[in-house]
Amino acid sequence: MKLPIYLDYSATTPVDPRVAEKMMQYLSVDGVYGNPASRSHRFGWQAEEAVDIARNQIADLVNADPREIVFTSGATESNNLAIKGAANFYGKKGKHIITSKTEHKAVLDTCRQLEREGYEVTYLEPETNGIIDLAKLEAALRDDTVLVSIMHVNNEIGVIQDIQAIGELCRSKKILFHVDAAQSAGKIEIDLQALPVDMMSFSAHKVYGPKGIGALYVQRKPRIRLEAQMHGGGHERGMRSGTLPTHQIVGMGEAFALAKQEMAEENARIRSLRDRFWNGIKDVEETYVNGDMEQRVVHNLNVSFNYVEGESLMMALKDLAVSSGSACTSASLEPSYVLRALGMNDELAHSSIRFSFGRFTTEEEVDYAVKVIHEGIARLREMSPLWDMFKDGVDLSKVEWAHH
Amino acid sequence: MAYSDKVIDHYENPRNVGSFEDKDDAHIGTGMVGAPACGDVMKLQLKVGDDGVIEDAKFKTYGCGSAIASSSLVTEWVKGKTLDQASELKNTEIAEELALPPVKIHCSILAEDAIKAAIADYKKKNA
Repeated sequence: MKLPIYLDYSATTPVDPRVAEKMMQYLSVDGVYGNPASRSHRFGWQAEEAVDIARNQIADLVNADPREIVFTSGATESNNLAIKGAANFYGKKGKHIITSKTEHKAVLDTCRQLEREGYEVTYLEPETNGIIDLAKLEAALRDDTVLVSIMHVNNEIGVIQDIQAIGELCRSKKILFHVDAAQSAGKIEIDLQALPVDMMSFSAHKVYGPKGIGALYVQRKPRIRLEAQMHGGGHERGMRSGTLPTHQIVGMGEAFALAKQEMAEENARIRSLRDRFWNGIKDVEETYVNGDMEQRVVHNLNVSFNYVEGESLMMALKDLAVSSGSACTSASLEPSYVLRALGMNDELAHSSIRFSFGRFTTEEEVDYAVKVIHEGIARLREMSPLWDMFKDGVDLSKVEWAHH
Repeated sequence: MAYSDKVIDHYENPRNVGSFEDKDDAHIGTGMVGAPACGDVMKLQLKVGDDGVIEDAKFKTYGCGSAIASSSLVTEWVKGKTLDQASELKNTEIAEELALPPVKIHCSILAEDAIKAAIADYKKKNA
């Protein structure tokens, strides 16, 4: 077993060797290196064919028409294109957008930019389990609402939103619905023939594909129009110009095809690893799972260890590559805005860790992680005056702290 | 975040972790500083002999590696010092010894505050 152990599959995944193998055939002079947009020779035709196959593979995973797939540089660009593109195109109909406080920054910052351009944005607060209350969404809808953007699976806490119900609500009011599916594609079933979703963002590197490539699903019937954000040669039906990176696209296609073949089996295996992990640590006192325990993807577990400070916890878990609930880059610790939106206090947010499991995680690694968590938490609590006070029955929220 | 070797050493092998049994003992001065919401709370206890010399010190800290190291270090430093000598310890000496980066200077300030608070508690008890 190699240390540190990678338990950060929600951040990114290694490229599957089968995917890397495929990609290498589309780069060098011996491979298919032509420009897919070259119409006058076989180099171009071969590259175009490879892109077409990949487009089919991607559409296949989510049951869409390949003509509904627009390649981008990743989910961030897809989110930008969907939200800005739709807002700009349909801005005459209205300038109100609804999203949620727990969206990825690629959605939140895009919305902030639109606010600067004169749009109004409502940021819904989820329930404490991370799920959006449909009634609150309905209450936020206005006559001038043109777009709702809600993520499918949250990147930090792994909860799954009911995009079927949200989509139906949007359809009934003729409001566009965009879904950031960076964390869900290849992890849970997506059927875009059945789902009332107008646009959906995908990323390759969360699904064992390469970084730097993603896609946006743009529904054809009824046709959704977007104003391009990247101008040039008119690639991707004018929605996103730029030479298509054949090897990246082939990689994404292969990754999505593998996900379709193996998803059911893989999910069962990862679920059992996740359960093994949780059964191993759930008896540690004052340990909580963040986000709904049922309505969540199997590969994510976001856990708070109360009365342990986040940065020292990360030091204790130095053999585990995990993400913490705070960004300790500045003097003042910034607790995760997602955990905060669930109503969690700063201390608990700081002591939260996201564990995410994947294709190459082993039982041995999970058991080792459980062991270092037990040792680390016990050691830090042994050192923690707050743990003493908690054990003595002191209510810490009633203590008058000497702030500094 | 890259920590200095000294911080890592104190974090891995903290000196004098714990509490004195009888905190009402007049020889014990206890200082608790910081706040959970700020990310660090330090509790420092000094055991002072009848001659006014610090015989022993113990700490418990909730905080980052630098906070743990700062408090661990001061328990070593104050031993054998008189209360006056201990109260002269400056945060800059702690920060220098541990090579704390600028964003972690507050940990050394907190450790200095903890010494002062413990001494004040001792003096109040023995007033």
